[in-house]
Amino acid sequence: MDILQKLFKLFLACFIISGIFLTETRKSEAFTDQVIQKGAVGDDVIELQARLQYLGFYNGNIDGVFGWRTYWAVRNFQYEFGLDVDGLVGPKMKEMLVKASEYDEQFVKNALNKGDIPLHYGGQPRDETQVKKRQKQYAKNAQRQTQQKQAQQGQRRQQSKRQHAKQWQQTQPRQQMQQQKPKIQQAVNTPKGFSENDIRLMSNAVYGEARGEPYIGQVAVAAVIINRLNSASFPNDVAGVIFEPGAFTAVADGQIWLKPNETARKAVLDAINGWDPTGGATYYFNPDTATSGWIWSRPQVVKIGKHIFAH
Amino acid sequence: MIRNVIIGILTVALIGTGYWGYTEHQEKNSILIKAENNYQRAFHQLTYRIDQLNEEIGTVLAMNSKKSLSPALAEVWRITSEARGDVGQLPLSLLPFNKTEEFLSNIGDFSYRVAVRDLDKEPLTKEEMNTLKKLYETSNEIKQELRKVQSLAIKNNLRWMDVELALASEKEPTDNTIVDGFKTVEKNVEQISEVNWGETKPDQLQEKVNLDHYLKGKPITKNQAKKIALSFANIKNPKKVEVNETFQHSKYTAYNVTIHENDRETTYIDISKKGGHPVWMLNSRDVKEAKISLNEATQRAEKFLKKHGFKNMTLADSNQFDNVGIVTFVHLMDNVIVYPDSVTLKVALDNGEIIGYEAINYLTSHKQRTLPKKIISLKEAHKQVNPNVEIHEEQLAIIKNDLGKEILCYEFIGTLGDDTYKMYINATNGEEEKVEKLKEAEPLYS
Repeated sequence: MDILQKLFKLFLACFIISGIFLTETRKSEAFTDQVIQKGAVGDDVIELQARLQYLGFYNGNIDGVFGWRTYWAVRNFQYEFGLDVDGLVGPKMKEMLVKASEYDEQFVKNALNKGDIPLHYGGQPRDETQVKKRQKQYAKNAQRQTQQKQAQQGQRRQQSKRQHAKQWQQTQPRQQMQQQKPKIQQAVNTPKGFSENDIRLMSNAVYGEARGEPYIGQVAVAAVIINRLNSASFPNDVAGVIFEPGAFTAVADGQIWLKPNETARKAVLDAINGWDPTGGATYYFNPDTATSGWIWSRPQVVKIGKHIFAH
Repeated sequence: MIRNVIIGILTVALIGTGYWGYTEHQEKNSILIKAENNYQRAFHQLTYRIDQLNEEIGTVLAMNSKKSLSPALAEVWRITSEARGDVGQLPLSLLPFNKTEEFLSNIGDFSYRVAVRDLDKEPLTKEEMNTLKKLYETSNEIKQELRKVQSLAIKNNLRWMDVELALASEKEPTDNTIVDGFKTVEKNVEQISEVNWGETKPDQLQEKVNLDHYLKGKPITKNQAKKIALSFANIKNPKKVEVNETFQHSKYTAYNVTIHENDRETTYIDISKKGGHPVWMLNSRDVKEAKISLNEATQRAEKFLKKHGFKNMTLADSNQFDNVGIVTFVHLMDNVIVYPDSVTLKVALDNGEIIGYEAINYLTSHKQRTLPKKIISLKEAHKQVNPNVEIHEEQLAIIKNDLGKEILCYEFIGTLGDDTYKMYINATNGEEEKVEKLKEAEPLYS
């Protein structure tokens, strides 16, 4: 009887311990394995934002783009839960997020596709600035903190983390999710100084002007548009440069309004991101069809595809 | 009977066609007139603004106090920018008119710089007064010439549509009053190009970047360039390789290497003639669905840089566009971020390949630097930052200012409301050099 009881207790203890370990090492199911960093886009980012918003760390739109607001939210979360504050979402943080929050993938994705009215996902939004203040203090201390110290605290933290997670779960009323519509709207990464519409307009121009050219020739045409933006002899905005009368034949004959393909868009993005095969050219012409004698007098830089590029 | 019916039908058809042709003609005319009117408006406004500009510069010359100078110069700045807008709407792109446009832009920069300066502390210098005098003279010449063209245009009913046609065909020497007038303006401006603009922004495009000055090594041959390109792009069995050279007026002298790998994939690399350094590389292939994360892409990019001899590089920015990651690394010198020394890499997120490389900034600015010894403390710099902004990160960084000079700054990253900002405080004198609002993702509007 005694032995039986002992055995039973042992078994129970084993069960509980293994249970703890199992849940501890259980991978966050929804997130993929990737470490999410600033600038990333995609499903993991949507989930990250939704979960952070559910917990009240993130009040921006759930848009699937890891921008600055998401970055600060991640850092706040990391600070509050005693993780390393580095803005990178690794396996540890994902696991804690999954434990502490709920994520209705179907609901969020549907809203994203429909472009629902932006509201808030999860409980009440917390005062973001309050969190930041605390975080600020942390940032000051963070640099001084040594690795050793962290190791010592590791044990204690592990506990407080779990408590934290529990607290969050309790304080977040789940029903609210249905009552309040979340702030969900699709978004895209755009390079600094250019809007998505600028990129489209440029893609149109590049497609109209150079769709028959090799890829590098298309990047070069896009680079000329960008070089013109930076030049004192040309207007300073995308529309001004493209629609300058007589500047581009594709604008004059309406080919700019053809629907551009992906390649043209890719070429435009490369040019905006800094690739310039023309070495700073502001003019180009097709030597076979160029009618203006003046254009031949410009100092020439390079020939790419059918076009000669010049300053 | 049948004949009569046919005649009747044909008559109706003829009348119908005639009417149709007439309305078409009317419509075409009205569109032409609309286009012409747009040109006319831009042209007449341009002459009016050059008039205004001349007048305003004239008054500035006689002014003395800061109270009247600053607004007057700001007005000059405004007028030049409007005049540039007018020029941009005229069909002048086939006409040599860039010197005049540059001239307008320079007047704008010059007057803006002086207008925002504290003229009590730093009054107008003698050189600046001379510059203004010269601008007054030149703008007067431009004004006279444009007024002449304008009066002729009105008197003889000259149309800008004809200008456009004349410029586009250029079969015979153009005999067009307007074209001649603008050519004269351009010539006048060219002649006075030795205006002293003071400290101006270097024109990065016009200025020939002397890459050779920065690069080490001996001149290489075409064949060597090909080899370097193949090893840099990590291509073993290319289908075809072409090597060309840049023309005489290129920003830098290089070999343009084109590597055809297969039907879908072409890699383009520029290899500098001196020392055989890869300047940039771009691969044309379509990137399939993303399989690796931006984080992993960053690590691969870092490895790539290490492999190619870059030392002490740190991640400055990373962004995912569709299925490619664009990561920018900058040089890190004794814990100071050197933003001008930047290298951008493009990583395919389907297999982690490096499919783009752009290092012209690094190659033309990386050098041994000595930091100023006397710098203000972080605390002092902190005081210069807008107190409403919450600071989250701070570090020392070298940036380029508006005049293209490198300056050591404290970089603060902080938030104000929902927006994130980078603020740069000059580390030697505590001046606020630059404040930058960082871009958030843009919502999709459709």
